[in-house]
Amino acid sequence: MTGAPLPLPASAAKVSLFRKLLIHPTGAVSLLVLFLVALASILAPVLAPYDPNASSLKDVLAKAGSEFLLGADSAGRDVFSRLLFAGQFSLAGALVALTVALVIGVTAGLIAGYHGGWFDTVSSWLTGLLMALPGMVVLLAARAVVGQSMWLSMVIFGVLLSPAFFRLVYASVTAVRNELYVDAARVSGLGDVRIIGRHILTVVRAPVIIQSAMVLGIAIAIQAGLEFLGLGDRTIPTWGSMLNDGFINIFKAPTLVLWPALVIGLVCVALTLLANAMRDELERSRGPVKKGRKAAPTGAENASEKRGNAAVVHAEEPSSNHGELLLEVTDLGVGYDQPDGSTTDVVHHVNLTVRRGEVHGLVGESGSGKTQTAFSILRLLPQDGRITGGSILFEGRDLAHLSEKEMTKVRGKRIAYIPQEPMSNLDAAFTIGSQLMEPMRVCLGISKTEARKRALALLAKVGIPHPERTFNSYPHQISGGMAQRVLIAGAVSCEPDLLIADEPTTALDVTVQAEVLNLLRELQEELKMGVILVTHNFGVVADLCDRVTVMQSGRVVETGPVRAIFNDAKHPYTRKLLEAILEDTAPRGPLVTAGTPRELNGVTP
Amino acid sequence: MTETLLDIKDVVVEYPPKGFRAKPFKAIKGVSLDIRPGETVGLVGESGSGKTTLGRSVLGLAPVTGGSIKYRGQEISNATRAQRRELSHEIQVVFQDPYTSLNPSMTIEQILTEPLTVRKMERQAANKRVAELLDQVRLPHDAAHRLPREFSGGQRQRVAIARALALDPKLIVCDEPVSALDLSTQARVMELFIEIQERTGVAYLFISHDLAVVRHLSHRVAVMYHGEIVEWGDGGQVTSAPEHPYTQRLLMAAPIPDPDRQAKHRADRLRLLGIQREQDVQAGFA
Amino acid sequence: MYRFVLRRLLSGVLLLFVITTVAYVLLYAGGGDIARRIVGPTATDAQVAMKSSQLGLDRPLLIQYWEWLTKALTGDLGRSWFNGQLVSTGVSSRLSVTISLVLGAVIIAALISVVIGVWAAVRRGWVDRLVQFVGVMGFAIPGFLIALGLVSLFALNLKWFKATGYVPMTTSFGGWAATVTLPIIALSIGCIAAVVQQIRGSLIDALRQDYVRTLRARGLSFNRVVYKHVLRNAGGPALAVLAVQFIGLLGGAVIIEQIFALPGLGQITVAATGQGDIPVVMGVVVATAAIVVIVNLIIDLAQGWLNPKVRLS
Repeated sequence: MTGAPLPLPASAAKVSLFRKLLIHPTGAVSLLVLFLVALASILAPVLAPYDPNASSLKDVLAKAGSEFLLGADSAGRDVFSRLLFAGQFSLAGALVALTVALVIGVTAGLIAGYHGGWFDTVSSWLTGLLMALPGMVVLLAARAVVGQSMWLSMVIFGVLLSPAFFRLVYASVTAVRNELYVDAARVSGLGDVRIIGRHILTVVRAPVIIQSAMVLGIAIAIQAGLEFLGLGDRTIPTWGSMLNDGFINIFKAPTLVLWPALVIGLVCVALTLLANAMRDELERSRGPVKKGRKAAPTGAENASEKRGNAAVVHAEEPSSNHGELLLEVTDLGVGYDQPDGSTTDVVHHVNLTVRRGEVHGLVGESGSGKTQTAFSILRLLPQDGRITGGSILFEGRDLAHLSEKEMTKVRGKRIAYIPQEPMSNLDAAFTIGSQLMEPMRVCLGISKTEARKRALALLAKVGIPHPERTFNSYPHQISGGMAQRVLIAGAVSCEPDLLIADEPTTALDVTVQAEVLNLLRELQEELKMGVILVTHNFGVVADLCDRVTVMQSGRVVETGPVRAIFNDAKHPYTRKLLEAILEDTAPRGPLVTAGTPRELNGVTP
Repeated sequence: MTETLLDIKDVVVEYPPKGFRAKPFKAIKGVSLDIRPGETVGLVGESGSGKTTLGRSVLGLAPVTGGSIKYRGQEISNATRAQRRELSHEIQVVFQDPYTSLNPSMTIEQILTEPLTVRKMERQAANKRVAELLDQVRLPHDAAHRLPREFSGGQRQRVAIARALALDPKLIVCDEPVSALDLSTQARVMELFIEIQERTGVAYLFISHDLAVVRHLSHRVAVMYHGEIVEWGDGGQVTSAPEHPYTQRLLMAAPIPDPDRQAKHRADRLRLLGIQREQDVQAGFA
Repeated sequence: MYRFVLRRLLSGVLLLFVITTVAYVLLYAGGGDIARRIVGPTATDAQVAMKSSQLGLDRPLLIQYWEWLTKALTGDLGRSWFNGQLVSTGVSSRLSVTISLVLGAVIIAALISVVIGVWAAVRRGWVDRLVQFVGVMGFAIPGFLIALGLVSLFALNLKWFKATGYVPMTTSFGGWAATVTLPIIALSIGCIAAVVQQIRGSLIDALRQDYVRTLRARGLSFNRVVYKHVLRNAGGPALAVLAVQFIGLLGGAVIIEQIFALPGLGQITVAATGQGDIPVVMGVVVATAAIVVIVNLIIDLAQGWLNPKVRLS
């Protein structure tokens, strides 16, 4: 109980979405515009100088001026007053559509997503049906039957819009339903209603609000469109009917069409911008979603900073490989450009050499910079990442300063790469065969028949039982172990000099791992390749590597022949890692039950 | 008092068919296992072996279609929602992925009090309990008001362990709880598991693909392969001198972190595979 | 592959059948009210009953429907209640105008969106921000407002184009192009905005996929990977959005045709709706549903071509 609590990083303050919107530039402006339009509509009876429906023949198409602020329309009604009152009806109509869509869509989405079964089948099918016809055509057809009531049209449109919410909620719920934290809540004995309330509604809430803003915009646009066609309710003023009147008189009074168009445009743009601002803020607050493996500056790093480049370097063994020097990385730095213009360094002053025929293990925990180092040699760092210093000498050329065009010629043919995840590293849209042939044809400039022959031979070589069948398969049709063999085949297809393998067996089962390790050893010996093997597994290191470099927080802490590292580690971090290995620990042994002697158990009544 | 806490007998788990006319998928084909109070039973297997499904069937998260699962003599394989709620005081869970097993929008306090609300614990008592739990897993008290994303993988897994401990269960199903963690973090979290067991007497069903992890933690070990248990017995014996050919292959496949011993191990593995292949051939002829 | 096509075809026919059935029932269920609306509120009950029996509305709905369906299968959609014209001729003569508008807008939108989407996703930075901002605006402003703007700017003020009217393509291609240019621009802007967003988004996702790095590591150039592999993988979601947009444009075209006075489906729909000319409305529904089913079928086939998982499962 007395162990010191682990230190925590500084807390990020929790701010509500609404507050964030007030600071967000477009969010704040959009909110303000919508608020003012809504306020003006609500206060129309107070603000409007005239009755919106009071027409007078003498004022037909009156010019804007002191009597009519924005002029009068074709019936001599005050445009400004109509604009204000129309806001009431247009906004209320859109709200009716939104409410109907929300109620139907969210409820059905929750039930279908959470319980599945027949309700799921039926509602998904109905959704497809509702989305099959353009809303405008359905509304017009409905108009032929139900008449010109704006409210009824908006209720029907609400039904037509409900799939927008149904699909959103359904997708979120089905995604969340299988999350482990929902399983944990079930194990804790929470009922369905509680789980939906606590875990599912919280996830769905924000996207639904965003979608609501979009839907409101669409409803206003469609309603205005319907009224614009002259099919709306003539007894109430709406923005759409004003637009209609303006368009009819566009030659006589061109500004008449301007005001309602401006208001409709403004409201629609404000709603869309608001939705976008909310999405922005939501994505930002979620932060780096996946394991954005950037080394965070920690206390350990600061300590090693003071030590400078004090990496432990072990002497060469007399028997070690004296092949030609293939790769020499000197003083390599890698950094990521941040949005604020600064650069976060993730690899500092790394030195690394690989000789022909040598397997060099690059070992470290997550955030150690081992993968970043490997990617920088390939010059395939992720977006915003770049080499900030040092050199990467390969056959007398500095890869760090090669043009992208020249680098493309080096990759594949001279330096090849084996990734970690077998499945995600194959393009699902192409057959295994075509993915093997394409780089060979580009790099070696061989014909299609020749490439096909070589690809089949390679597949056989990496131990795939039916090369022809696998050649014609798509990635989703083969197992993970097979996929990793295909990737290895692809990596060695152009007989490279240097192979960079990034955790090549981590995603595999242990029995498959043993076979893949064997395959890598055979290929390495046959092709006399130099290999950089990035791994966190000391078993894999012991199996394959001749030399080892241990990295921590973007720095090399220790490097040397494999036996020196295992038997004579000097750096405290290397020792800590080696101590954490479990392979040699004793088994826990059988359970000793204190207090209840075993012999008595059988005879207790 | 019975000596057995959990008794799994001939359990079959079948998932309903996905398509029309498709056959149901049998994930577990008649598995038997028992766990005593305070004991760790390790469950080893590769992907698709059914080890996770077996754990989920104990938790009521997988459809048990045959056999029985008894907790202290009471049948729980098809427990009702109300029975499950009662069982939540007895059986708990820690999942593998520390990134998806905690709701990203809930604070640590909300996560830890969730199981307590089922018990209708008062707010003050609940807060006290959260502090106790954080102590137990060695997290500072100010962790309570933070969100999961502010924690590292190892720290999140500590939160998940604290959640499992909240109701003082007698059994925790641990589904690969250290697989996603770095080596040194893994070692610390495993020590935490042992320490908690020694203090509280909780039993673990510890599921892992890693023979070394299971050996370190388990009193007894079961090996699963294609939905069946192929070897089951004393942890030391199963993980050091296994009898079943599959367990032997599993043991030989894991590389040893020592270059010279691994070289010998590798040769031994190839020899074992040769012998087993020969035996298979003979068995085929017999 | 044949089974995949066959299954899609069957589900399309089923969808067509269901939509027309539902539409028929909803449109004709009103029976007496329909007749009342035609003859007007001042008519006597006897007049309403006479109109009703004259149009066959006094028979059971099922029998009316059966008669309509059997005739519809032979291509006979009945006659307009108001001008006696054959519905099938009225609809099909206007269909070509609407389809040329919508198809033109969709093709232009697809081409422009791919170029802009790739540009934004690959270049990122200010290019990306600009594209996103313009895209949001284009998406937010309703198409008919854009059309009104185009009419007043290019047709009324600058007089580059004729504001209204239509010249069939068969009469004069130039004349046709001059009359449809503004409507197609008005229709396609919203569509481009939506598709660009989707292409940009799924391209950025696809560019982050592991296989992009692996293919580049094998010596393929960035451009080759983008145009051959990434675009193909990002194409599926973009096609889905395009299909939704196509359906939306069929609705949008109704208003656009009204603004530019084009003799398309929209015009006949608006007229029929105003009068309550139900056979014509029904004809429009059949035509629209048929177009939707065909478009969905084409998109499904394209999806199957892009994604082997869809095709092979």
